[in-house]
Amino acid sequence: MGSHGGWGQSKEFLDLVKSIGEARSKAEEDRIVLREIETLKRRIIEPDIPKRKMKEYIIRLVYVEMLGHDASFGYIHAVKMTHDDSLLLKRTGYLAVTLFLNDDHDLIILIVNTIQKDLKSDNYLVVCAALNAVCKLINEETIPAVLPQVVELLGHPKEAVRKKAIMALHRFHQRSPSSVTHLLSNFRKRLCDNDPGVMGATLCPLFDLITVDVNSYKDLVISLVSILKQVAERRLPKTYDYHQMPAPFIQIKLLKILALLGSGDKQASENMFTVVGDIFRKGDSTSNIGNAVLYECICCVASIYPNPKLLEAAADVISRFLKSDSHNLKYMGIDSLSRLIKTNPEIAEQHQLAVIDCLEDPDDTLKRKTFELLYKMTKSSNVEVIVDRMIDYMISINDNHYKTEIASRCVELAEQFAPSNQWFIQTMNKVFEHAGDLVNSKVAHNLMRLIAEGFGEDDDAADSQLRSSAVESYLRILGEPKLPSVFLQVICWVLGEYGTADRKFSASYIIGKLCDVAEAHSNDDIVKAYAVTAMMKVFAFEIAAGRKVDMLPECQSLVEELSASHSTDLQQRAYELQTVIGIDANAAKNILPADASCEEIEIDKDLPFLNEYVQQALEKGAQPYVTENERSGVLNISNFGSQEQQEAMSHSLRFEAYELPKPQVPSMPPVTLTASTEVVPVNDPYPIEMLHDPLSTSTQDTGSAELKLRLEGVQKKWGRPVYSTPPLPPVVPASHNTTENGIRQHDVAGPAPSKTHDVSYDSRKPKVEIPPEKQKLAASLFGGSSKTEKKPSTTSKVARTSSNAAEKSQAKSSLGSSEKALEKALPSQPLPDLLDLGEPTVTSATPSVDPFKQLEGLLDFSATSSLNSGEADETKMPDFMALYGETLTSGQSSSPADPPLTRGNDVDLLEGFSAATNISSLGASVTIQQIQPQKGPSLKDALEKDALVRQMGVTPSTQNPNLFKDLLG
Amino acid sequence: MIKAVLVINGMGKPRLSKFYEFQEDDHAMQPPEKQQELIRSVYGVLCSRPENVSNFIQSNPLFGLDSRLVYRTFASLYFVFIFDSSENELAMLDLMQAFVETLDKCFSNVCELDLVFNFSKVHAILDEIILGGQVLETSSAEIVKAVDEISRLEKASNAMTLVPKSIATWPSR
Repeated sequence: MGSHGGWGQSKEFLDLVKSIGEARSKAEEDRIVLREIETLKRRIIEPDIPKRKMKEYIIRLVYVEMLGHDASFGYIHAVKMTHDDSLLLKRTGYLAVTLFLNDDHDLIILIVNTIQKDLKSDNYLVVCAALNAVCKLINEETIPAVLPQVVELLGHPKEAVRKKAIMALHRFHQRSPSSVTHLLSNFRKRLCDNDPGVMGATLCPLFDLITVDVNSYKDLVISLVSILKQVAERRLPKTYDYHQMPAPFIQIKLLKILALLGSGDKQASENMFTVVGDIFRKGDSTSNIGNAVLYECICCVASIYPNPKLLEAAADVISRFLKSDSHNLKYMGIDSLSRLIKTNPEIAEQHQLAVIDCLEDPDDTLKRKTFELLYKMTKSSNVEVIVDRMIDYMISINDNHYKTEIASRCVELAEQFAPSNQWFIQTMNKVFEHAGDLVNSKVAHNLMRLIAEGFGEDDDAADSQLRSSAVESYLRILGEPKLPSVFLQVICWVLGEYGTADRKFSASYIIGKLCDVAEAHSNDDIVKAYAVTAMMKVFAFEIAAGRKVDMLPECQSLVEELSASHSTDLQQRAYELQTVIGIDANAAKNILPADASCEEIEIDKDLPFLNEYVQQALEKGAQPYVTENERSGVLNISNFGSQEQQEAMSHSLRFEAYELPKPQVPSMPPVTLTASTEVVPVNDPYPIEMLHDPLSTSTQDTGSAELKLRLEGVQKKWGRPVYSTPPLPPVVPASHNTTENGIRQHDVAGPAPSKTHDVSYDSRKPKVEIPPEKQKLAASLFGGSSKTEKKPSTTSKVARTSSNAAEKSQAKSSLGSSEKALEKALPSQPLPDLLDLGEPTVTSATPSVDPFKQLEGLLDFSATSSLNSGEADETKMPDFMALYGETLTSGQSSSPADPPLTRGNDVDLLEGFSAATNISSLGASVTIQQIQPQKGPSLKDALEKDALVRQMGVTPSTQNPNLFKDLLG
Repeated sequence: MIKAVLVINGMGKPRLSKFYEFQEDDHAMQPPEKQQELIRSVYGVLCSRPENVSNFIQSNPLFGLDSRLVYRTFASLYFVFIFDSSENELAMLDLMQAFVETLDKCFSNVCELDLVFNFSKVHAILDEIILGGQVLETSSAEIVKAVDEISRLEKASNAMTLVPKSIATWPSR
């Protein structure tokens, strides 16, 4: 058993592997490996080891290191082995060093010399081995040492060497682009290499280069297209065929490069249309690699200048992907959808049910991909459903990394598209509840700000309704056992600010709750601080309203406990609370005015009210205040004049013992007390504390607004469009409906423009046997999209006044309908194009072929294209051709059934046109569809058709069970 | 770019591991312990996958942003490729297939033990397919040709250097 397949290893090695394989625990395995390491350490330094033995030791070292143990003691022997003359040993040595060493390892320097020598070797395998090592081991400093030889090898007679030399050069470029900038033209040259392998290898560096700088390589479009054409036409040697596909990997790489080159470049893209169309047509969707090429075509089509014909082909492939049973293909289908959705927003609607299936799939990867798609297609009309789904999913997973991601996406979408503030608050509550520790605390501040600001200044009733609903929900949520700290802060703040606002809950009830919070989170100082301040507010409001407040015993004990807290902040707040309880109504009103968190608090930075005090102090001999700049000598843009002087100061020796303390307002009462304090970051340079002093309330009207809530950045996040458009009034009624039940969205959005559709749709609903929830989901995800799509600018803020909301919403809907009309008109425009391009591409692809071939191509094409074409395929000509083609081919292949039926079946594969015939065969009401052979995808019809197709899938009780089989293919 | 190629057996033991990234990245070129950790966590992820799901996993937490993982089981082995968005998932799946087909041709009915004992040959094959994280050659026939040539020449040189050795071991055979 000494040797195995000629690459012989000793019995020892065999035993090692065997015992490791049989090890029952990690500890046992470790023991075995450590013993092995000991043996190797001893053996490897013995003198005069036969080379063959040495080779085996090195291999064993590699093995040991692969199992995660340190084999560094043997590195030097591997390095030595690279010097050996024997090819076998040299290669083993190189293999070991590439696995052992990083390019910054100290031993590299010992290898560079060998590599240099080997690159010049006559034996091309030695050269290859050296190039392998170069790719892994050469670092920025050593590139110049081997660069000349590598460049020389680009012209080596052996293609294997040329290939690797290109890769090495590419590696140098990745490592240090500046070192090889003058050599980049070599890549272009090698593109024309006789050997397809070398050409294929060259595409890798070109892809990278083009990714970085598209414009310098635009001239390559023509040659790349012609290469791709040749590859697709099987001009490459047969050895490059893979599963009957001609050099698919090269095709994929080429398509990737073309996608880069054609992006946003009409002229370049036009050169590609034909060849990409060809590949689509030749695409073999039965093999995995065929689908890989098709997928790459879709990516390319999505990236280059849009061509309706290609987009259609892409849509066909996508629908094939999505209908497939293979999860891989579904995944690719979803991915392609999210790529195409930018150029062609309607496309997702055709596949809504498939998308929903993917969303409910047990496969996590697929689910996440689908969420990505949904994220990309979120609009104000479907945001509720999508975010709800996301949150449900977020709750269900444990992976914190992904949880964070999806939580931030929820927040982003909610902020961007929220249909109502109420919904926003509820959504945020959910996000906080389940992922509060993972989201940015800024989000919490946003939420508080929103609750404080409410709908706006005019509609107080709605504001207070919003707040009391928030208070109620928070009181409910407080019952939950474990809440994230950030969320608790929000809750405390809201309870303090609005807990007693509508007199629904008594002050002592709220205070009791807040005490519970503080007690339950005794090791979270921030939450405790929020809770105490909230209590203080409640007390102050009560006192200001002239009501008597009872000090609850638990509150009393909490305050006492906090007064002795190690945290000075908590201590301070506790003392403040005690003070507030003792003051009279007037003072309470002044220090903590009710619902004033949004009032602008303005500050006179000069603090004039202190002048007198300062004056007195100076008279008593106090030092005058020295500004921080003067003290530290740090330059400030505002005082260039004193630059020199200050420099001198800071450089010379200084004799004062201590610096003066940091700038402090001399008599600053060290408290944070305003209602809005918590929202301001603690390090705010201008504390609010003077509010303490009843006198200073007068300063509220003057001075800078430095101190108010930080609205600027926030404002931008919350409802992006608010800046660009004047506060618009989106539809209070709609939003109310939708918040009650997000799923009803589509009924709400429906009425205006497409009544007829709705009616027909509803009347037919009962027949469709899709699970109703799924259908509803589809409708709410995809439905109404075209109607509401243009509204996002208005949705982030809900109407300020209910009076003008109505009329404005009316205006809005009429606007919406006109927009919709426009949109509906749009898709029909490219139709002539479809027709125009339909034929020419077919014929022009094979310009010099005899007419018969042409005919063949035509038939072929129409057959494949119609096979899975979606609704967009209502163009008459190709369809007839398709039908014709189908009957011809199906006559040969499929079972000899009754002819018209067969035709029906085959065409059923396409859901669009055929849906009509299908219905008729089912005896359903077809009239509507036949009467209006719509142009462009209308979502209702799309839904209907999908529903129908699914119905076929779900209940194979129709006349022909074969149909079902075909569908699942 | 391909970031790593792993072959792990059903018990979670690595049979082949090759990392292609540079050190500069946070997640690149890990020292052995870190690589071990990665292999373990990849194995953990693979084991938790139900049957009949896609072969793709988004592996951001393990390998940094924009990284995907494609895996496939052949007999008792997981083959895993980790790569970034510049590669096509389906194509990677087929590259893996090509790799395995090549292994199969080289070892005629490849099994786990072949990979263990012909460590260097497996690496030689992989080096013909992927170099520096880029797909170098995809034609299985070309790869087999190259590898055969290597082993032929290696054997030749081996025979020369090992003449005394083989004589020495002669009696024991």
